[in-house]
Amino acid sequence: MINKVIGSVREALADIPDGAVVAIGGFGWGGWPYNLVLELAKRKVRNLVGVGNSPRQFLPLLNVDGHCMLRKIISSYPIMKHGSRSDPLAEYIQKGELEVEGTTMGTLVERLRAGGAGIPAFYTPVGAGTEVEAGKEKRIFDSRECIMEYAIKLDYALIKAHKGDRLGNLVYRHTSRNYNPVMAMAAKITIAQVDNIVDVSELDPESIVTPGVFVHRVVAKEVETPVEWIEQDKQKIQEAERR
Amino acid sequence: MKSRLTRQLICLRAARELKDGEYVNVGIGVPAQISCFIPPEIEVVLEVENGALNHGPIIDDWDKYDVDLINAGGQPISMKPGISFFDVADSFAMIRGGHLDTTIMGAYQVSERGDLANWKTPEQSIGAIGGGMDLVFGAKRVIVLMEHTDRSGRPKVVKECSYPLTARGVVDLIITDMAVIGAIPEGLELREVAPGITPEEIQAVTEPKLIISKQLKEIEF
Repeated sequence: MINKVIGSVREALADIPDGAVVAIGGFGWGGWPYNLVLELAKRKVRNLVGVGNSPRQFLPLLNVDGHCMLRKIISSYPIMKHGSRSDPLAEYIQKGELEVEGTTMGTLVERLRAGGAGIPAFYTPVGAGTEVEAGKEKRIFDSRECIMEYAIKLDYALIKAHKGDRLGNLVYRHTSRNYNPVMAMAAKITIAQVDNIVDVSELDPESIVTPGVFVHRVVAKEVETPVEWIEQDKQKIQEAERR
Repeated sequence: MKSRLTRQLICLRAARELKDGEYVNVGIGVPAQISCFIPPEIEVVLEVENGALNHGPIIDDWDKYDVDLINAGGQPISMKPGISFFDVADSFAMIRGGHLDTTIMGAYQVSERGDLANWKTPEQSIGAIGGGMDLVFGAKRVIVLMEHTDRSGRPKVVKECSYPLTARGVVDLIITDMAVIGAIPEGLELREVAPGITPEEIQAVTEPKLIISKQLKEIEF
């Protein structure tokens, strides 16, 4: 019998080694697997390559006893904006401890999708004629200049879903779906934090978003995302609105 | 009255550009307010990069904040009948695949030829590309909302962008706190002026020579 449900968040992440390429789902705090990220911060792993929409996805990993657990971040929004001048990444970048690869959001997600679908690279017009094209192979399609982008393959994807069953079938809630299904496809090991574990056959087959083949471990959330994180976020957005 | 338009009035004017049946992405920050100003007599489908189509206005009441129902800027959004949710791969297939009619976003600079710079300042070593570059490469029409001058009073409508480019020749319309300017093959055409502001005053804070439209008028809301 297949049973992908793991008893605890700790067990679910136990084997992530140094140097692993790890994606973390979420867009803002929506769809962000808070429990998994916090547990990863407790593990003494180093030199991770992080893939995620913005560095906020890696926030608990950026300063663990004065160290950044990541050696590289691939992200579409690689600065901590919303008015904060003290970018937590800047210090590590200056010290040469952290490499940051910026990529457009659409290219980031397509690179992940390609990684999950067995496509090694693809061409896109997005970024041609800008700084983004630097060092990339170019080709013209339909009289439009395009640049080549490589797929991203992940060792682990840490994702969040609303409901999951023992086969790894997942459904999400509203805009919290975001990167999670695509990261699930691109990883050797996908670990899903879910709000609820449900019996097989409870999820409507027509509505399952991520079929179980892409998911290897399912674990129930143990604690809620702290209100102060969300509170902090609200304040930053409100401040930005006032400026 | 002679004063520059507030951000809300800029959004109100931008909302009037939208047509019934259009699929539109409004950018994070100020342009997101456009969701509150869509004229009730038309049906416009709003898209957000993080994966929703046909959402309603952003919600000002943060007590109703639901982390699972937000726009790309993290603001709470409302549901509308017919809303759909999807992942970012589908979202960017819509955006990059040419399925959106209009995208509206902010900018640091726009050039005479419609070049757009809005993701990185010259001082930044890493910028925040986000989905803006995807949107302008993919959407059929690009509208830029911005203040006419930067905080030091320098023109943001320039001959040549000095900031790193987002894309070349993509901007169709610029709506500022002083004017509405169309990008046409001949250059930039001044079409509307804010109440009480003269074309000369606008030209004085605009680098390229503006073409004055024969139908020049005051901005109406």
